Amino acid sequence: MADIKKVATRESYGNALAELGDKYENLYVFDADLAAATKTGIFKKKFPDRFFDCGIAESNMMGVAAGMAATGKIPFVSTFAMFAAGRAFEQVRNSIGYPHLNVKIGATHAGISVGEDGATHQCNEDIALMRTIPGMTVIIPADDVEAKAAVEAAINYEGPVYMRFGRLAVPVFNDPETYKFEIGKGIKLRDGKDITIVATGLMVYEAIEAAKTLEQDGIQATVINIHTIKPIDKDIIIQAAKNTDLVLTVEEHSVIGGLGEAVCDVLCENYPTKVVKIGVNDEFGHSGPAVDLLKQFGLSAENIVKTAKEAVKAK
Amino acid sequence: MDATLKKQLEVTACKIRLGIIEGVFNAKSGHPGGSLSIADVLTYLYFAKMNVYPDKPDEPHRDRLVLSKGHTAPALYSTLAEKGFFPKQELKSLRHIGAMLQGHPCINIPGVDMSSGSLGQGISVACGMALSGKISNDTYKVYTILGDGEIEEGQVWEAAMFAAHYKLDNLVAIVDNNGLQIDGKVEDVMSVYPIADKFEAFGWHAISADAHDFDALEKAFNEAETIANQPVVIILKSVKGKGVSFMENNVSWHGSAPNKEQYDQAVAELTAHLKELEG
Repeated sequence: MADIKKVATRESYGNALAELGDKYENLYVFDADLAAATKTGIFKKKFPDRFFDCGIAESNMMGVAAGMAATGKIPFVSTFAMFAAGRAFEQVRNSIGYPHLNVKIGATHAGISVGEDGATHQCNEDIALMRTIPGMTVIIPADDVEAKAAVEAAINYEGPVYMRFGRLAVPVFNDPETYKFEIGKGIKLRDGKDITIVATGLMVYEAIEAAKTLEQDGIQATVINIHTIKPIDKDIIIQAAKNTDLVLTVEEHSVIGGLGEAVCDVLCENYPTKVVKIGVNDEFGHSGPAVDLLKQFGLSAENIVKTAKEAVKAK
Repeated sequence: MDATLKKQLEVTACKIRLGIIEGVFNAKSGHPGGSLSIADVLTYLYFAKMNVYPDKPDEPHRDRLVLSKGHTAPALYSTLAEKGFFPKQELKSLRHIGAMLQGHPCINIPGVDMSSGSLGQGISVACGMALSGKISNDTYKVYTILGDGEIEEGQVWEAAMFAAHYKLDNLVAIVDNNGLQIDGKVEDVMSVYPIADKFEAFGWHAISADAHDFDALEKAFNEAETIANQPVVIILKSVKGKGVSFMENNVSWHGSAPNKEQYDQAVAELTAHLKELEG
């Protein structure tokens, strides 16, 4: 697998916008002085008349997008996750969420894989923040294929959508020929009886790799990709929990309020099952190369294998 | 301004003020002071200026108004009811559980173009609507009403930069300069002065006018229409609580409702004024 192609989902996002710009003439893109980094610059180059830089003013940008949506256009707004979900949280809640406007938020540079920029820019809280807003759809694509499909699905969905993209190039494991994306539908990637690994975003690939290693060690793992944290696919989670009676969640986000808690919510109410969470614990990130940080914070196939083994042993 | 129109607008404004008092009294809460201070400009906009259609509230080419100072929803609701967007009876259930009229404007209410209430946000939305109109070569205008205290919010100035940068000359921001905010006088709490100079420095065309004089309002809004390539702000010198003697210039009426006795007095004053105008 050494030669697997790697693409950052922010790149997929920018490419998808540029590719879909022809098909969807009502699509407009806004950025807050980060077009080169969020990759909306790819769209800007192709459609300069449909791209608007808002300058370093994210709060206003969210409101402008709300106004565009209120007049029937489909605005995509982009900045880093820290500023989209963090700084502009209240604008997203009150100007986009409450009136349920058709704004698509493309947040990039999420999680600790931002790397060297360090804690101020490593947003590990955005999923938690966004999923508390009533009516907000929250999507975290795992790779290039899924990210592109998610962008088009968001265009065709009426209502606010928060999409989380990463800075780090990650393996492209989905097959573009057969892959199908449906908002709110999880994807079972492997079937096993001993443990269910539920992952999202760039941790999905790590979960698949971990499951392969576990298999060699005699542990059969089910792997589920939850690309839509909200609305979450309850059925696929409950069914997998019934089949394995043990769940391990893996996310590049705080263990507070993210995928892990969303899965716990589903299972506590429907089929109480032991859930072990891998994510960023209650701490800030710090500077370093993204790959090293992911390893250090336990966001790796190795740590999934180790944690899964311990959990299965304790079953 | 034509004398007949002026008289009609004065009558309408008085009825809108009565609706504000009715709504806030029945809600037993709300913001009468800042509602009364914008009653005249709302009257002017909805009855003499804006292209709006009570039977087709979502008509795509209509003019829009975003009440950025959303806490003065009673004024907007009373205006929309007077215009025929919904029955005036609705004002009696303002803020009640299960009622259509929420404490702050909600986009689902006929005639309300945007949910608002968290200060500083409405002007950004108005910018987005104006930009959208420019992109589509639509001729609609976008109006947004801000409080003078509201412009302490940083987002207002982000929006001010944006509007000038994109030359949104289809956008008119109105600052209701009644000089009072919850904690006291604007100049004591956090001075926003000089307002016109600030907007001009941000690239806007600024006009100042008396908020309670329809001739002045007409002149100001007509001037606004002659301005090309830049947004316009109209700073209206207003009286908080205008029209109800004991509420005028009294900050304690920013966010409290009249009791029965006070309600009766307010209604009596406004009704007497209405009779005088109609008589």
